[in-house]
Amino acid sequence: MLEHYLSLATKAVFVENIALAFFLGMCSFLAVSKKVSTAIGLGAAVIFVLAITVPLNQVLYSAFLKQGSLSWLGLPDVNLGFLTYLTLIGTIAAVVQIVEMVIDRFSPDLYNALGVFLPLIAVNCAILGAALFMVNRDYTLGEATVFGLGSGVGWAIAIVALAAIREKLRYSNVPESLRGLGITFIVVGLMSLGFMAFSGISL
Amino acid sequence: MATTQRDVLLDPLINNNPIAFQVLGLCSALAVTTKMSTALVMALAVMAVTALSNTAISLIRNLIPPSIRIIVQLTIIASLVIITDQILQAFVYDISKQLTVFVGLIITNCIIMGRAEAFAMQNPPGLSFIDGLGNGIGYGAVLMAVAFMRELFGSGKLFGITILPLTTEGGWYQPNGLMLLAPAAFFLIGCLIWGLRSWKPEQIEEDFHVGALLEPGHEGSVR
Repeated sequence: MLEHYLSLATKAVFVENIALAFFLGMCSFLAVSKKVSTAIGLGAAVIFVLAITVPLNQVLYSAFLKQGSLSWLGLPDVNLGFLTYLTLIGTIAAVVQIVEMVIDRFSPDLYNALGVFLPLIAVNCAILGAALFMVNRDYTLGEATVFGLGSGVGWAIAIVALAAIREKLRYSNVPESLRGLGITFIVVGLMSLGFMAFSGISL
Repeated sequence: MATTQRDVLLDPLINNNPIAFQVLGLCSALAVTTKMSTALVMALAVMAVTALSNTAISLIRNLIPPSIRIIVQLTIIASLVIITDQILQAFVYDISKQLTVFVGLIITNCIIMGRAEAFAMQNPPGLSFIDGLGNGIGYGAVLMAVAFMRELFGSGKLFGITILPLTTEGGWYQPNGLMLLAPAAFFLIGCLIWGLRSWKPEQIEEDFHVGALLEPGHEGSVR
C-alpha cells in the first residue's frame, strides 16, 4: 500500500513532471522564473493550492459527477459528467479566493510571501491540468492527495531550477535575437531532456 | 474601419503572435503537436472558443462588475469549452481521445483569458470576434508549424500519410525519435522564436516585467 503511494509520488515529482513532461503551467513558468526568490514563492503557492484542490475536486467529482455516482440520491441514471470542467474550474477559483482571504486574516507573513501569486494561480493550467489528470486516471482520494502534492513539488522543483539557470545565464553571451524567450525555451528543453533520465524508475 | 478590421485580424499572425510574442497559451501548444491531425483539431477548437468567448464577453462587457469579472469570464469560457468538447467527442472521437485533458485545458489557455481581458472588455462585439479569430489563427499557425516538423521528422508522416518511408517499413528514412518527445517541442519553439526575432528584431522583449503580470486584470499577461 505504502509502496503504491511512494511510487505514485515519485512518478508525479520526477518521471511525469507536470511542467517538463506535460508542459503545464508554462505561462507563469516562463514569466516568473527570472529570480530564484520569486520562483520559490510561486512554487510554494502552487504546491499549497494543488495539495488542497486536487483532493477536494476528487471528492466533488466522485460524489456528484461520475457516472452513476448520484445513486445515493436515488438517481442512478443521471449523469452530470458534462459539468466536470465547470465544477473543477469553479472549485479552483473559489479555493484560491478563500485561501487568499484566510492567509490574509491569519498569517500576514505568509500572505506577503504567497499572496501576490495566488490570483495568478487560478488561471494556471498546472492546477486545472492536475485536476483533469485525476479525473482521467480515476484516482481514489488517497491517490489524489499524493498526486496533487507530488505534482506541486515537481512543478516547484522545475521552476526553481529554471530560475537558477536563468540567473546564471545573465552573464553569458547569447546571440542577440535568441535572448530572452528563445534561449529560455532551449534551456527548458534541455532540462526536460535531463528529467527524461528519470523515466522508467519506479519504486 | 476597414483597415482596423484587417489590422485586428492580421496583426496576431506575425507581428503580435500570441505564442511567439505575447508568450500566451504555451501549455497546449507543446503537448498536442506530435501529429498534424491533433494539432489541427486543437487549433480549430481554440480558434472557435477564442472568437466566441470574445464575442460573448464583449456583448456583456458593460454589465460585468469589475470585481467578479474573472469568474464571469471563466464561466463563459468553461461553458464554451464544454460545448467544444461535446462536439469533438461526437464527431472526431479518436482525436478527442488522443487530446485527453488538453481539450479541458483550453479553459486556462491564457490566450483566451488574455484576449478577453485585454481586448473584449474594451471593444464592440464585431471587432472582438475578429480579434479572437486572428489570435486563434496566429496560435494555430505556430501549432501547425511545430506539428509539421515533429510529425515529418519524428515519424516520416504528414496527417498520417507516409512522406518519408521508414527503414522499419523497408524505406530509407531513419526516424528521429527525439522529435516525438517533450524536449523537441521546446527546442522547436525556441528556434521558431529565434528565427522570427532575427527577421523582426523589434520583437525582442526588454526584461520581463513581472510586476505587470501581478496587477489585477493582467492574469497570464507577461508584458
